[in-house]
Amino acid sequence: MDWKQLWQILSAADNVPIIAMIPLLAFYIYLAGRQAFANDKLIADLSANPALAKTHHRRTWPFRPGWQKEVHVWPFLLRVEFLAAIIVTIILMVWSITLNAPLEEPANPNLTMNPAKAPWYFLGLQEMLVYFDPWIAGVVMPTLIIIGLMVIPYIDTNPLGSGYYTWKQRKFAISTFLFGFVILWVSMIFIGTFIRGPGWQWFWPGQTWDHNRLIYEVNRDLPDLLGITSNLWKGIFGAIVVGGYFVIGGLIVNGLFRRYNPKDYKRMSLLQYSIMMTFFLIMVALPIKILIRLLFHIKYLWITPWFNI
Amino acid sequence: MSRLLTRLKGKNSRAEENGGVTMADENKGNGNNGKPGGLLTRVTAGVKEDVEALKTDLPAKAKEQIEILSKPTKTQLYTSIFRHKHDDTPRNRALGVLSNVFLHLHPAKVNRDAVRYSYTWGMGGITFYLFFVLTLTGVLLMFYYHPSKVQAFRDVLYLEHDVPYGKLLRNMHRWAAHLMVIAVELHMFRVFLTGSYKKPREFNWTVGVILLVLTLLLSFTGYLLPDDQLGFWAVTVGTNMARATPLLGHEGPFGPQFGMTPYNDVRFGLLGGSIVDANALLRSYIWHCIGIPIIASVFMILHFWRVRKDGGISGPAQVVLDSEVKEAKK
Repeated sequence: MDWKQLWQILSAADNVPIIAMIPLLAFYIYLAGRQAFANDKLIADLSANPALAKTHHRRTWPFRPGWQKEVHVWPFLLRVEFLAAIIVTIILMVWSITLNAPLEEPANPNLTMNPAKAPWYFLGLQEMLVYFDPWIAGVVMPTLIIIGLMVIPYIDTNPLGSGYYTWKQRKFAISTFLFGFVILWVSMIFIGTFIRGPGWQWFWPGQTWDHNRLIYEVNRDLPDLLGITSNLWKGIFGAIVVGGYFVIGGLIVNGLFRRYNPKDYKRMSLLQYSIMMTFFLIMVALPIKILIRLLFHIKYLWITPWFNI
Repeated sequence: MSRLLTRLKGKNSRAEENGGVTMADENKGNGNNGKPGGLLTRVTAGVKEDVEALKTDLPAKAKEQIEILSKPTKTQLYTSIFRHKHDDTPRNRALGVLSNVFLHLHPAKVNRDAVRYSYTWGMGGITFYLFFVLTLTGVLLMFYYHPSKVQAFRDVLYLEHDVPYGKLLRNMHRWAAHLMVIAVELHMFRVFLTGSYKKPREFNWTVGVILLVLTLLLSFTGYLLPDDQLGFWAVTVGTNMARATPLLGHEGPFGPQFGMTPYNDVRFGLLGGSIVDANALLRSYIWHCIGIPIIASVFMILHFWRVRKDGGISGPAQVVLDSEVKEAKK
């Protein structure tokens, strides 16, 4: 256990934000979860008791008949905002006094940094470079993430859970988002920040960063493993594999979605459903590709003269 | 010349003919048009009268003035700035928000539970506040920074070691930027978990996604500016991906077939060259300080305006039961 190395990584000034973000995220997931379960309990109670549903004020926060439903912004909201601004300022001041912004040597194109890392919020994408070619990891994937986020309101046809925390009414939406945000985005950033060392190799926390370490890792392509030699057949084979993933994966997801989410299935138009399917399958393909790489040392599935996947 | 002189002389001699009375004398004594008493006596009488009047008027006016100043909220200056009273009435509370340009983004009243921290987490407001802090510290940093290869790194050293509070300034800008990225992501997380993107707020969610991207780009363009190894290699790694853009990058799928070379592809456009150098520094500076902030401001205006127009903060709303959903007829 190399404590010094661990401390060096943890105390690197630019890594502090991601260290701060993980407990923050954990806290807010807890905060959201607590409210979601309280609301779910309320929903269950009200569903079981229609008479109560007609009279209840339908929030988990206390409310008495004499109370006003709305309060004045001045001062009730403004004082909260003012306090928040002061607290953020104090945090920022203390942080800025105690921790200096990083400044390395002057830029030198002849002296490559090893590891050369992007800012922490892009390390998830940089980590993807291990598993995908740059055009996918660096261009297509960010574009798909942005578009995928933008289409969410237009493909989520579930009218429930608007304006309150809930889990039971939106299981599919919330678990998908948690998967994308926490598992794919944040934990990939975590790996890129704390695990990846020189040569972008995997170093467990506390393992010394050995700049001369060599890893004998033979990654092969799936067509080569299966003994396909001609370029034409490699291309056709890959298209079948990737296309097969989307067809078979689509059928599986469709089967599950129909059964466990029948109302949304009924509500969604063909366009909404196919967009949802496409983004969902692409998102799920990421961890699958990572597993294929880590477990079977397979680099590419689909090889063409122009691009490889 | 000699003619002019004689003319002047002529004028003087005419004055002497009037009994040696010059213009100045005329004004002093004989300007009363022949009325009796003389100007001097009249002026003294007038001054005396004024002084007498002042003796009574001045204390009266002073008293009046003190009375006015003792109620500063009644002065013209005050009422011209503040258009309404501030005693604690519901009307004035509402007007305090509605008649103030900086506060009028708020409604007069909000859902009583929306004030609780546990629902909104305050992350949107904190993001905006951090943008404000970043603008302030950023402008101050601009006073000390030249976006050129010769000076950039030295300016940062100068800031860190010689400029009063320069280190604090730079640190605050850096950490506020990182904090803003965290706050934006948590804001998006909260909006998702509360289903706040649902009807009628769909469009504002997409605006929010654009703002998220702009925040990341703002942070990323600033990364290069110290012109140190960290920024240089981060931006090199980042923009190398642009080489691989399909169709538009010279190493991307179908890029070469599309006529892309290192000197005309999308990466060249981003960097203003085929390597990260002086042009890249300048471009990054201009995007960071001018381009993206303006674009982001426009989207922020849109975002905040839509929050109000789409019905304000989404909740905490009343829970809806599954059995109460009315299915749209198809």
